[in-house]
Amino acid sequence: MSITVQEVEHVADLARLALSDDEKWQFAGQLSAILKYAEKLNELDTEGVEPTSHVLPLANVMREDEPRPSWPIGQVTANAPEEEDGQFRVPAVLE
Amino acid sequence: MSLFELRLSEIHNRLHHKTLSVSELTEASFRRIRETDDRIGAFLTLNEEEARRQAKELDDRLAAGAERGLLFGLPAGIKDNIVTEGLRTTCASRFLSNYNPIYDATVMKKLKAAQAVTIGKLNMDEFAMGGSNENSAFHPTRNPWDTERVPGGSSGGSAAAVAAGQVYFALGSDTGGSIRQPAAYCGVVGLKPTYGLVSRFGLVAFASSLDQIGPLTKNVEDAAYVLQAIAGHDPLDSTSADVDIPDYIAALTGDVSGLRIGVPKEYMGEGIDPAVKERVLEALKVFESMGAAWEEVSLPHTEYAVAAYYLLASSEASSNLARFDGVRYGVRAADPDNLLDLYRRSRSEGFGPEVKRRIMLGTYALSSGYYDAYYKKAQQVRTLIKRDFDRAFERYDVIIGPTAPTPAFRIGEQIGDPLTMYMNDICTIPVSLAGVPAISVPCGFADGLPVGLQIIGKPFDEVTVLRAAHAYEGRTEHHKQRPPLTL
Amino acid sequence: MSILDKYETVIGLEVHVELHTKSKIFCGCSTSFGAPPNTHTCPICLGHPGVLPVLNRQAVEYAMKAAMAINCEIAEWCKFDRKNYFYPDSPKAYQISQYHQPIGRNGWIDIEVNGETKRIGITRLHLEEDAGKLTHTGGGQGSLVDLNRAGTPLVEIVSEPDIRSPEEAKAYLEKLRAIMQYCGVSDVKMEEGSLRCDANISLRPRGQQAFGTKTELKNMNSFRGVQRGLEYEQLRQAEELESGRRIVQETRRWDEALGRTVSMRSKEEAHDYRYFPDPDLVRLHIDEAWKARVRASIPELPDARKARYTAEYGLPAYDAGVLTSSVKIADLFEESLKYTTDAKASANWIMGDLLGYLNQNNLEIEDVKLTGQGLGEMIRLIEKGTISTKIAKTVFKAMVETGKSPQQIVEEQGLVQISDEGAILSVVDAVIAANPQSVEDYRGGKEKALGFLVGQVMKETKGKANPGLVNKLLIERLKS
Repeated sequence: MSITVQEVEHVADLARLALSDDEKWQFAGQLSAILKYAEKLNELDTEGVEPTSHVLPLANVMREDEPRPSWPIGQVTANAPEEEDGQFRVPAVLE
Repeated sequence: MSLFELRLSEIHNRLHHKTLSVSELTEASFRRIRETDDRIGAFLTLNEEEARRQAKELDDRLAAGAERGLLFGLPAGIKDNIVTEGLRTTCASRFLSNYNPIYDATVMKKLKAAQAVTIGKLNMDEFAMGGSNENSAFHPTRNPWDTERVPGGSSGGSAAAVAAGQVYFALGSDTGGSIRQPAAYCGVVGLKPTYGLVSRFGLVAFASSLDQIGPLTKNVEDAAYVLQAIAGHDPLDSTSADVDIPDYIAALTGDVSGLRIGVPKEYMGEGIDPAVKERVLEALKVFESMGAAWEEVSLPHTEYAVAAYYLLASSEASSNLARFDGVRYGVRAADPDNLLDLYRRSRSEGFGPEVKRRIMLGTYALSSGYYDAYYKKAQQVRTLIKRDFDRAFERYDVIIGPTAPTPAFRIGEQIGDPLTMYMNDICTIPVSLAGVPAISVPCGFADGLPVGLQIIGKPFDEVTVLRAAHAYEGRTEHHKQRPPLTL
Repeated sequence: MSILDKYETVIGLEVHVELHTKSKIFCGCSTSFGAPPNTHTCPICLGHPGVLPVLNRQAVEYAMKAAMAINCEIAEWCKFDRKNYFYPDSPKAYQISQYHQPIGRNGWIDIEVNGETKRIGITRLHLEEDAGKLTHTGGGQGSLVDLNRAGTPLVEIVSEPDIRSPEEAKAYLEKLRAIMQYCGVSDVKMEEGSLRCDANISLRPRGQQAFGTKTELKNMNSFRGVQRGLEYEQLRQAEELESGRRIVQETRRWDEALGRTVSMRSKEEAHDYRYFPDPDLVRLHIDEAWKARVRASIPELPDARKARYTAEYGLPAYDAGVLTSSVKIADLFEESLKYTTDAKASANWIMGDLLGYLNQNNLEIEDVKLTGQGLGEMIRLIEKGTISTKIAKTVFKAMVETGKSPQQIVEEQGLVQISDEGAILSVVDAVIAANPQSVEDYRGGKEKALGFLVGQVMKETKGKANPGLVNKLLIERLKS
């Protein structure tokens, strides 16, 4: 399974990463190698095998509908790179 | 450092009799760090002011005769992917280099309740992705046994800090071997609990279905104490198991007669350094001399574990790391043109190459058209690997093998080739996929470098794992060896 | 023949209902409306590093209740999936939702349009978390993010493409809203965002089996907006097709001010949400016992209530429909029947005077003070002759505005009807004496003159004379 630079660009787009041309080539090569190695898994017949999404057989873990105190606004915005009137500021969303 | 060589019970004894104070222990820790950390680089952030305040408060409590917590007064190092309120938490990433948490991880609440003293935050591979601590955005950590070599990863700082006597114990995290492998490379004890035993609330997620927090210590007894303090159900973690917590310390009886040991042939085959194999066989002889018996067993799906792991872990990680978008916290790119630019540049500038690589791999594996072939397939293989362990545990109480195929390698030696780096985890990854507990204990040396023995147990059977490890340790002197740095 | 006769419209609706739990779906922050920005947040709903979600049991039960009320099969096992996408109002950059195994499937609701009942299928109902609010600052300078709403529990209800007209769509939405309101799981107010609706609409030549290309419609923020948006889009598509052009599969925004749909071209790239099971949440096992408990908590639903009104009170279907369209109105109606047996009268007062008042003043029933008891007692006062129907209108309005009992209002305003024949007679005589022309007109055959004279008596008595008696006595006097 060989990954092309275009596929790398598409994936980088989905992941919101900006890659340099060098990085794109490098990732194309490295990811191809890793995925080729991962093809090993096709040697196994997994027909009818349940996928494990949770290794513990837990079910129905829930909490009661009781409101708890929220965090003070000072703490909420303490780490904000940009903040205005208690809200997080972001540049214009290109609609 | 002589104070930290004392047994935990002896330290508590001296504290009780006032021949030692918590402040002295704390100062000993900071002094040791000043003396050694320029060569080792285990720490990213020190907690000096607050630690001293904590120490003073504990000394006052001591004077007042108040009851002492399980880990009273012990200087602790915390891996920097465990969130500590008010103390910078970076995950060794540029992205979080300015992040000051507004809450405490559950394990931190438990450490505070047990009255340990937080000395500082320990270096790691960025976002726990790596096996050498070379992926830290700040600086690599060096192995105290040979500073030209890696301490292992991703909990490299944790293992090195304990090995160099900078802290009494450390907390690390393990997803595919990140506690055990650095413990092996640095000649210390490292325990990965059963998945779900220790709360993940406040552990910055890498691979949610695999991550666990665990102790790194200089001996098994200390590991048992720390585990006792941090294990237990957490209502803030839906994947946390609601099981009774046994007395891990009382389990250290020293008796392993009748213990049935399975040794997977897949962990002792080619790819494993012959000297490492020798150390393991010697260790097995020690077990035999204590009345245990061992046999070869097969875990036939072992060779597929690394591939399955990297697909699963990267997929989960690609989603877990998406929250690092520069909107609410973290380092934001300067003067973004628009929102897309903010996302792309903040993330690209904030993340190192290994992190980007895994995000890319994971995004690809989950993307439209590939989910069944990669992610789902890997989850099915995970089931097969777990079944291998279930079957083995029908006949054996523990499974033993080497923790890593080789001792510590040189800094820079493997960083260029991700696949080679991934293969260092071949003995630890299957354990993580199965969610079972495992400990690495020092079992000797190969070319002057520490070798680790991995003891794997049944789900929630840390008691047997600790008992076996402790009994073995009692018959050897390996864990008492210290790196030349400390002499 | 309009071009719409040539094409059949196919509509599917995607409705989001905000569940009114007290706390958010995955953390304990309050869900109450209108707090200052980011004051109902915590590390969990802010998506800080290291946090984990824990599911709110009440959200699950409300979702089950809602699903059962729309006749869905409830999943025995269901789970949560992550829907991955980047947007500032989504703090984790993924939404916790249900993709593969939703909580409810294969449901239906019945709607009435033009006297015909039609069944609309429901594909699925699933539980998910809401995003925060983005407000765009002026001049394209940027946007501000408020995460108070992030983490509010929602159910998403997807209908089958069984709807065939904008009118049916409105009826579906109204019925769905009523059902959710009856179940008490949501405030379902479109203007507050606790009920939201997106639509998929396509056209196909009548008789064709295959579906045409659909467009997705968003930003319809009221019931009227939904209907108007669909009407516009239906016509637009028909005109495009008639001109030989193809429909572009795209998302379009309904612009209420302009009265048309506008293409949201930048959204043409399909999202790859990379759904996978959320590893931080474990499975839900819904057993028969749990289902039974939730089912038992579902009250009488609109259709059943309506059927009971026609059967028990003999009300016409239309009246029963209006009364049951809102649970509070239906409750008020039934409450009134504890104090009067005249169901038709109560229905009329509600449908006429009450709803009229509410519509005129842009109010909801919660905003007015009228009680069912008050209404019932007022009707009894009319029956007893204490007040006339005309006077009752004044009493009614006062009850709506003040919540006082009708007896109190009648007393305070001195509205008791005059039914004393003697008293009326003296006024009748005075009016006859004062209006000789009208008297002559009446005696000469002009019936209308009587009305004038009655009016004069009513005026003299400030409307309090019993109109029936006035009529009778006037005629007696005039004829004599």
